[in-house]
Amino acid sequence: MPAQSVKFYQVGSRAVGNRLLDAELRTEQSSAERRNSITSGHRACQGCGEALGARYVLDTAERVTGGRLVTVNATGCLEVFSTPYPESAWQVPWLHSLFANTASVASGVAAALEAQGRTDVRVLAQGGDGGTVDIGFACLSGMFERGDDVLFVCYDNEAYMNTGVQRSGATPAYARTATTEAVGPIPGSRPGQGKDLPRIAMAHEIPYVATATVAELRDLEAKVERAMSMRGPRYLHVLVPCPLGWGSAPAETVHLARLAQRSGLFPVFEAEHGEVTSVLPIRDRIPVEEYLRPQRRYAHLFADPPRTDLIERIQQIADRNVARYHLDPHEIPHEEGA
Amino acid sequence: MDTPFAITLGPGSSSVNRTGTWRTERPVYVDRLPPCNQACPAGENVQGWLYTAEEGDYQTAWRQLVAANPLPAVMGRVCYHPCETACNRAQLDHAVGINSVEEFLGDEAIRRGWVLPTPAPDTGKRVLVVGAGPSGLSAAYQLCLLGHHVEIRDSAARPGGMMRYAIPTFRLPRYVLDAEIDRILALGIDFRPNTPVEDLTAEHGFDAVFLAVGAQLAHRAYVPAAQSARILDALDLLGDTAAGQRPQLGRTVAVYGGGNTAMDAARTARRLGAEEAIIVYRRTRERMPANDIEVTDALEEGVRMKWLATVKHADVGVLTIERMELDEHGVPQPTGELEELQADSLVLALGQDVDHTLVDTLPGVRVEGGVVQVDEHMMTGHPGVFAGGDMVPSARSVTVAIGHGAAAARNIDAWLRGTVATPEPEREAATFERLNTWYYSDAPETVRPRLDAARRVSDFAEVTGKLDADTALYEARRCMSCGNCFGCDNCYGVCPDNAIVKVPTGHGYAIDLDYCKGCALCVTECPAGAIDMIPEPD
Ligand SMILES: Cc1cc2nc3c(=O)[nH]c(=O)nc-3n(C[C@H](O)[C@H](O)[C@H](O)COP(=O)(O)OP(=O)(O)OC[C@H]3O[C@@H](n4cnc5c(N)ncnc54)[C@H](O)[C@@H]3O)c2cc1C
Ligand SMILES: Cc1ncc(C[n+]2csc(CCOP(=O)(O)OP(=O)(O)O)c2C)c(N)n1
Ligand code: SF4
Ligand code: SF4
Ligand code: SF4
Ligand SMILES: [Mg+2]
Repeated sequence: MPAQSVKFYQVGSRAVGNRLLDAELRTEQSSAERRNSITSGHRACQGCGEALGARYVLDTAERVTGGRLVTVNATGCLEVFSTPYPESAWQVPWLHSLFANTASVASGVAAALEAQGRTDVRVLAQGGDGGTVDIGFACLSGMFERGDDVLFVCYDNEAYMNTGVQRSGATPAYARTATTEAVGPIPGSRPGQGKDLPRIAMAHEIPYVATATVAELRDLEAKVERAMSMRGPRYLHVLVPCPLGWGSAPAETVHLARLAQRSGLFPVFEAEHGEVTSVLPIRDRIPVEEYLRPQRRYAHLFADPPRTDLIERIQQIADRNVARYHLDPHEIPHEEGA
Repeated sequence: MDTPFAITLGPGSSSVNRTGTWRTERPVYVDRLPPCNQACPAGENVQGWLYTAEEGDYQTAWRQLVAANPLPAVMGRVCYHPCETACNRAQLDHAVGINSVEEFLGDEAIRRGWVLPTPAPDTGKRVLVVGAGPSGLSAAYQLCLLGHHVEIRDSAARPGGMMRYAIPTFRLPRYVLDAEIDRILALGIDFRPNTPVEDLTAEHGFDAVFLAVGAQLAHRAYVPAAQSARILDALDLLGDTAAGQRPQLGRTVAVYGGGNTAMDAARTARRLGAEEAIIVYRRTRERMPANDIEVTDALEEGVRMKWLATVKHADVGVLTIERMELDEHGVPQPTGELEELQADSLVLALGQDVDHTLVDTLPGVRVEGGVVQVDEHMMTGHPGVFAGGDMVPSARSVTVAIGHGAAAARNIDAWLRGTVATPEPEREAATFERLNTWYYSDAPETVRPRLDAARRVSDFAEVTGKLDADTALYEARRCMSCGNCFGCDNCYGVCPDNAIVKVPTGHGYAIDLDYCKGCALCVTECPAGAIDMIPEPD
C-alpha cells in the first residue's frame, strides 16, 4: 500500500477555518460565536487592515480572558472610524483619552484594578504606529520600564493615516507620504532605521514582544493567547495594510501583508525577556519588488526610468532581516565558534 | 438622557450606520464548473463527490458518483481519465488522483454491498436497448431509474461488450465487471442474451429504441499471405483469452497496428508465453493513437516496437516488412526497402468498424464515414431511434460510451414525455487563475503501486494496485474544490465589516448587504475562487 499520512487537511492550517477540522482546532475567527469586538457599521475604509487586525486581536483576547478585559485606545483611525458620536462600534469596554498617553492611561487602569483587587480583569492598550512609535513613545517606554501589567498592541499601517498619510517613525524607506513627497534624488521617506519598535521593546527586556500580520491569522491568535497568559508589560506589533495610505486595492490588504512577510521586509517573530524565541519562517520567498510594485506609495520606484538602485537598497533591508531573524527555512544553522 | 456621572454622551451602536450604501460592486457566491467535471466524458460531478469523500463519507460520495456513472470500479481501471489531464492541481504540483479515488469508491461499494437507488414508479413506457456494452448499460440504468421499462438485447452470451470481450483481465478483473453489471441488471432490467437484433423495422411494442452495438468488426487490411501463415484478429485473440482459453501464438508474435488494441494484444501475447512480441506500426511513436500509459506499460513488459514499417507479405514463420518514411504532411510513404522479420504469428489490430446493417433498412438513418449520425439529442434520423457509443462519431472509450448512454436516456425520457430535454445551464469555468493557491498545503500525489514488470508477464494478475482508505482520503483532500465553496471560513474571517454571516443553508454563508462595503477582500482570499464581484444593481 502506498504510505501517506492522513493528517492532511486540504488547506492545512492556513485558512481561517476548515470543515474537516474539529471545532477546537479552528481559529477564533472561524467561530460563529466569535465576539465581533468591533461590530458592523464602523466607518473604516473598504478593506481596512486595521479594522480587521483589531477584531482579530480583541476577539481572541476576549475569549482567553472570558470577557474580563478593558481596552484603551489612542487617537487614530481605529478610534475615529469606530466612534463618531453618537455611534460606537465597540462591543468591549473601551476608553479613549488622547493621542499620546494611551500607555499611561492603560497603566492607570491596571493600577486601579489592582488597587480594587480585581486582577482577573485584564488591560489591553492599542494604537496606531504614530501613537506608538512617535508621540506615545515616552508613555509606552515608561509602561515597559515600570513593569505594568498591560498588553500594548500597535497596529502598524506605516504612517499617520487618520490625518491624511503623514510620515511616522515607522514609515519605510522611500515610501511616499503627504510629508515625504516623491521628489528629488532621494524620493519618499528618508532611508534609515526609522524606529524599530519591536526591537526597542525587546531592549526593555519585558516578558513578551511579538510581531504579526493580518495575513497569518493562526500565528496572530496564538500570539495574543500567549501574551494574555503572561503578566507584566507585553508588546504586540501587527502589520495592517492601509489601502488609502498605501495606494493599494482594498481587495489586496491581506495579500499585501502576506507579501510583506514573504519578502522579508516584515519579520514575524516572538521574543521573551529580550531574546528571540521563535520566528515564522518564510515559505516561498519573493523579491521585494513583488511587494512594492502594487502599491502607489512606491510608484516612483517603477517610473521611467525605474529606480533599481533604490529597489536594491530595499532588497538589502529584506536580506538583512532574513539573516538577522533566520527567516529562511533552508538556511543551514551556522556553527558557533567553528 | 440618563448617563452616569461625568459621562455626557449616550452610546449608540454603529450598526445603525448602513455602510452597505458605500458599495458599487457586491460579492456573490458562485458554483463554477471545475475543469475535471468539464472534462469527464461521463458527466460526473467529480468535484462534488471528491468533496464528500474528503469527509470520509464514502457511501454518500459513491451515491453522488453513480448518479452519473454506474461503473466506478470499472472506470478506476480502464478510464483514460481526461479529468486528471484537465485538473487544475497539475499546475500546482500534480493532478489529483481522481481515477484512483473513483476506483477505491467503486471497490468499497462492491465489498460492502452498497445498492443503487430505487427506480421511480413505472411510467408504462417501454424502451428497447440494443447492445449491453457500456453505452447500452448506462442508458438502460438511467432509463430504469426514471421508471421506464427497459429490455436489453445482446447477441453475446454475457453483458459488457468490449469490457468483457476485449479489455484484458490483467487490466480489468471480471469479478469487478460482473459485480457492477449485475447490480445494474438487478434494478429490474429485462436482459436477453444471445439475442441479436437484425431488423429494427420488425420491432414493435417499444416506445423508443437506443442502439449501442459498438464497433465490433475487425478492420481488415489486405495482407498477402501464404496459405498456412498464422494470422488472427486481435479481437479474437483478446476475446478468447478473456474467456479463459490460451490461443497458440508461437515464440515470436508480430502485432500489426498502433492503437490500444495493439498494445493489449501484444501484452496478452507476452502473458501467453511469447518470448517476443513486436508491434509493427507505419508511423512513429508520437503519431501512435495508443494511449501513452498503455505504450509505456507495453514497453515495460518487454514489448518491442517497429516504427515506420508495414507488412508486405506474411509467410510461415517470417514476415516481409517495408520501411516507410513520413512525408512533409506526416503521411507515411513506402520506400521500397524490404526486410524480413521472424514471426510465428501475425495479429491484426488495425481498428474496428461498425456493423450498421441493422439500421440500413430503417428510413431516415444516415450513415457517414462508416458511423451512424445522430443529432444533439442523440437521435438518429429515424424518430424515436437513438444511438450512442462506438457506433456514432465518438472518441471510442468506455467513458464516452457511458456518457452517451446517459445523455441518450435524458433525451429519450423527454421524448417519451413529448418534450425536449433542456441542456444543463452553462456554468463559467473555474480556471486556475481564480484560485488563491497560497492556502493549499504542499501535498505530493499518491501513486498507485504497480506490479513489477517481470511478475506481470508471468500471469494475468491485475497490474495496478489500489489505494487504501487512508491514502484515498489523502488523495481526495488534495482536491482544491475549484470554483466551489468548500467551507474554509476564509471569507467569513477576512471581512473587515463582519458582513459575512454563517447561515444553515446553501453554502453556509450569506453576505449581509446592509454592511458589505464591497472591498472584495473575501473574493481575493477565497482559495477556491468561489466568489465573484458583480456590479451593484441600480
Ligand atoms: C482491446 C480494446 C481495449 C480497450 N481498452 C479501453 C480502455 O482501456 N479504456 C476505454 O475507455 N476504452 C477502451 N476500449 C474502447 C471501449 O471498449 C469501447 O469504446 C466501448 O466498449 C464502446 O462501448 P459500446 O457500448 O459503444 O460498444 P461495445 O462495448 O462494443 O458493446 C456493443 C454490444 O452490442 C452487442 N451487439 C452488437 N451487435 C448487436 C446486435 N445486432 N444485436 C444485439 N447486440 C449486438 C455486442 O455484443 C456488445 O455487447 C478498448 C477497446 C478495445 C477493442
Ligand atoms: C496631540 C495630537 N496631535 C495630533 C493629533 C491629530 N491626529 C489624530 S490621529 C493622528 C494620526 C494617527 O496616526 P497613527 O497613530 O499612525 O494611527 P492611524 O490613523 O494611522 O491608524 C493625528 C496626527 C491629535 N489628535 N492629537
Ligand atoms: S485610512 Fe487606512 S487605516 Fe484608516 S480607516 Fe482607511 S484604510 Fe483603515
Ligand atoms: S483540484 Fe479538484 S476540483 Fe480542481 S480540477 Fe482537480 S479534481 Fe477538479
Ligand atoms: S470582505 Fe466583507 S465588505 Fe468586503 S466585499 Fe466581502 S463581504 Fe463585502
Ligand atoms: Mg498609522
